[in-house]
Amino acid sequence: MEASRLIYMANQIARNFAPMGVEQAALATADHIKMYWDPRMIAGIRAADAAELTPVAAHAIRLVDGPVPHMTRATEFAGAHADGAAHNDAG
Amino acid sequence: MGYEPQADFGTPASTSEKLVTLTIDGRSVTVPEGTSVMRAAAECGGDIPKLCATDSVKSFGSCRLCLVEVDGMRGTPASCTTPVMDGMTVHTQTPRLQKLRKGVMELYISDHPLDCLTCSDNGDCELQDNAAAVGLRDVRYGYNGDNHLGLEKDTSNPYFDFDPSKCIVCSRCVRACDEVQGTFALTIDGRGFGSKVSAGLATDDFLSSECVSCGACVQACPTATLQEKAMVEIGKPERAVVTTCAYCGVGCTFRAEMRGEQLVRMVPWKDGKANRGHSCVKGRFAWGYANHQDRITQPMIRKNVDDPWQVVSWDEAISYAASELKRIKAQHGARALGGITSSRCTNEETFLVQKLIRAGFGANNVDTCARVCHSPTGYGLKTTFGTSAGTQDFDSVMDSDVILIIGANPTDGHPVFASRMKRRLRQGAKLIVIDPRRTDMVKSPHIEAQHHLALQPGTNVAVLTAMAHVIVTEGLADEAFIRERCDWDEYQDWAAFVSQERNSPETLEPVTRVPAEELRGAARLFATGGNGAIYYGLGVTEHSQGSSTVMAIANLAMVTGNIGRRGVGVNPLRGQNNVQGACDMGSFPHELSGYRHISDVETRKLFEADWGVTLDSEPGLRIPNMLDAALDGSFRAIYIQGEDILQSDPNTHHVAAGLKAMECVIVQDLFLNETANYAHIFLPGSTFLEKDGTFTNAERRIQPVRKVMEPANGYADWEVTQLLANALDLGWTYTHPSQILDEIARLTPSFAGVSWPRLEREGSLQWPVKDETHEGSPIMHVDGFVRGKGKFVVTDYVPTDEKTGPRFPLLLTTGRILSQYNVGAQTRRTGNTAWHPEDLLEIHPTDAENRGLKDGDWVKLSSRTGETTLRATITERVAPGVVYTTFHHPATQANVVTTEYSDWATNCPEYKVTAVQITPSNGPTDWQEDYNSWSERSRRIVANLTAEAAE
Repeated sequence: MEASRLIYMANQIARNFAPMGVEQAALATADHIKMYWDPRMIAGIRAADAAELTPVAAHAIRLVDGPVPHMTRATEFAGAHADGAAHNDAG
Repeated sequence: MGYEPQADFGTPASTSEKLVTLTIDGRSVTVPEGTSVMRAAAECGGDIPKLCATDSVKSFGSCRLCLVEVDGMRGTPASCTTPVMDGMTVHTQTPRLQKLRKGVMELYISDHPLDCLTCSDNGDCELQDNAAAVGLRDVRYGYNGDNHLGLEKDTSNPYFDFDPSKCIVCSRCVRACDEVQGTFALTIDGRGFGSKVSAGLATDDFLSSECVSCGACVQACPTATLQEKAMVEIGKPERAVVTTCAYCGVGCTFRAEMRGEQLVRMVPWKDGKANRGHSCVKGRFAWGYANHQDRITQPMIRKNVDDPWQVVSWDEAISYAASELKRIKAQHGARALGGITSSRCTNEETFLVQKLIRAGFGANNVDTCARVCHSPTGYGLKTTFGTSAGTQDFDSVMDSDVILIIGANPTDGHPVFASRMKRRLRQGAKLIVIDPRRTDMVKSPHIEAQHHLALQPGTNVAVLTAMAHVIVTEGLADEAFIRERCDWDEYQDWAAFVSQERNSPETLEPVTRVPAEELRGAARLFATGGNGAIYYGLGVTEHSQGSSTVMAIANLAMVTGNIGRRGVGVNPLRGQNNVQGACDMGSFPHELSGYRHISDVETRKLFEADWGVTLDSEPGLRIPNMLDAALDGSFRAIYIQGEDILQSDPNTHHVAAGLKAMECVIVQDLFLNETANYAHIFLPGSTFLEKDGTFTNAERRIQPVRKVMEPANGYADWEVTQLLANALDLGWTYTHPSQILDEIARLTPSFAGVSWPRLEREGSLQWPVKDETHEGSPIMHVDGFVRGKGKFVVTDYVPTDEKTGPRFPLLLTTGRILSQYNVGAQTRRTGNTAWHPEDLLEIHPTDAENRGLKDGDWVKLSSRTGETTLRATITERVAPGVVYTTFHHPATQANVVTTEYSDWATNCPEYKVTAVQITPSNGPTDWQEDYNSWSERSRRIVANLTAEAAE
């Protein structure tokens, strides 16, 4: 897929997580990409010129390969609730 | 069900909890305090004659037909205006009353045409019924006195006629327009014997008046004065089926009234919990597309999109589709295949399409039109609250004290709910509107917003953060609620962020263009005005920060403690009839039904065991990603059910290029839509009248859709998907959608207690429905947030990259109009074109003058992406620097100019902000001419080369 589009998307995600601070924003961006991007998109951005990425986005792409904690609950699994809401995504 | 009108209790139900017992004609009856004697009599099986009373409007007491006698009370009071009292003894049928009623009726009939046998209301007329009930046999006055007979009929409305000769001036229509619809278009003109119903000014007819054709007056009329044209043409229906409207996300319940296989009229069902007996011009009247001549009812195929279509048998079409899908999968792998589920189809159909793609194609490349509308709602509300849906039922608005509408135009997009909202506003609730346009909610009869924040498009986050700044820094936050219900540390981080001076209304005013003092006033009102409810639409989501705006809205609700009870909440007004359902059913590429991520092993195992397949554990492509991937050759086949992405998705050139790059495009639709111009296989679709199933509306209400006629193409949509699945060797054996619903319930915890028999019994259910005994959830997050603690998310304002400049100095924002729906495929094929035959460009007088434009001039609308032409309408509804249009007509193709900028979290397109220039024009653009010619060529059908055009 067109690298410039993927880079734009990754930078946009990173920018919106920016208030979390560099480290946390990178983790959140990596988590977001893992949760929402098709594998060919991830492969595409890995192959793209990292110089076009913002520092947070570039860091995030390096993190995508490894285990990333779930930074936003929108991507958390239904079974993860400890309060009895487990296995019921809606309540 | 046969054809019997719904019972009319004469006056609205009382909501009092105190009960009163009285005796009516010897029968003891107990009813809530505040109930009228008329209603109490009807509830215990009586039937007091009446003409000016109907239970959709308040009692009026004008016809004097409903007189009763009450022991100990003087005279003969009108039962409609007399409230019940404990111990009251009422007589409704006595010789004295019979004489009085007969006298009243005699006067009515002396000025009424005696053409019952040829009248279109024959057998369905309350005047006729009541004349029979009072035993009228003769009119002593004769028929030669002064009268209103022979007056001219007003046939200007496309759907109903107004025949003043048959009017008895009961004013039910006027009151329905005021109380039910809230438009105040009708009035009683003149006085005494000269009184007559009038729409608008004396020079107006119904079409030119402010009437919005909701049908409330027609519904209320006791005679043939206001009558559906279809009733005049076809005659009285002989059976009725209760079903759910297939237009917007309000989800109105209707009675489809039939003669044989012919639909005569759609009548709003009073027991429908979403609409409470009300309707709009689309659901009530605009169903003619269902049997429109443009409908394609036979499958068609072609090798290349330049070839004409060839009509084939179902077997041939399905085999060809399956062989193409198998070929492409063998050559390029499963991930080269995908599809789009339809938010216009049922839950069951949507579920099957995503099942086909995941289990049959073997990929997670499934998406739905929510991608381009409310995907940020899913992301934002799941993040902050834990559930991808609105928090309230529609009834909740009647307990709201302050209503905040942001980026929504409910009178046009969700008209039936807008009427409820307006009713509450007339009762005294306060209103804040955040919108770049002066919508009808800002000011209309008896409604005026306390604050209209006419912001610069693209600055939603800045405005909401500034409101939060005011609430936090002025000490208006509901800290008790926050400490109990939300994560306190996250709140403190967020509060520190919003309190920064850079987020103050004064600092942000140059960006938002909202006067700081006005914004402060709005924030104070929302925080201190009692129950605060937020309603929002696509003006929130269709931005590069759509998801951030949804989270900012959630923050605002939490910081003011407005979550978890009636009258408050965060309420996305969902666009299409079943877009909530399509999302619930696992239409997104990263999650299975019930919003469970595809990478979750436990969830996947559940589905794999049930479906007997192994599922791909990686998320698939979203619609814009599919189009991008098509251009690089890694995505080659798509199955699109009931969605016209060429017209509805942004940057038409890019969509066209993506579709053209694919080897196999399968379109399943009612019509040869714009996307079908790029299709290789066309599978005819079925309408909501032709199938059973369920839709889920904006309040999470699962409602039954019932088949009222046989599918014109031979199959309901779910059956077509099953044919394709079985050609791909999936071995599905569903014989009724209820079996699919059982599978959904088995695999989706929030639907666990939902079944077809239960919906038949209870009418509707609001998810989550945890088990067979759980009654459903009208209000969410009552005792705590679904995610545990409510999460405050810092939403930093990031300006869009779509910038105005010397070449493109204006901002275009797009939207909808009342009479048309979405891409217009349905409504353009109905009488609704009387109100909106073309897309128009709204432009402020100053901007028009600078360009030498007059009202009605043709203009070229150009952006960095493309250009189109349309006519201009000059109005102060838009601010200087902002222009607005709709996207209902393919001749305009407004999306030729919209860009590919999208929401950072979900890729929802930024439809609401495009930098444009407007210049005078004297003809269509090259694109419009080329597209028109391509479209005509692409729609050729071999079997009939001369009559192929679907538009």
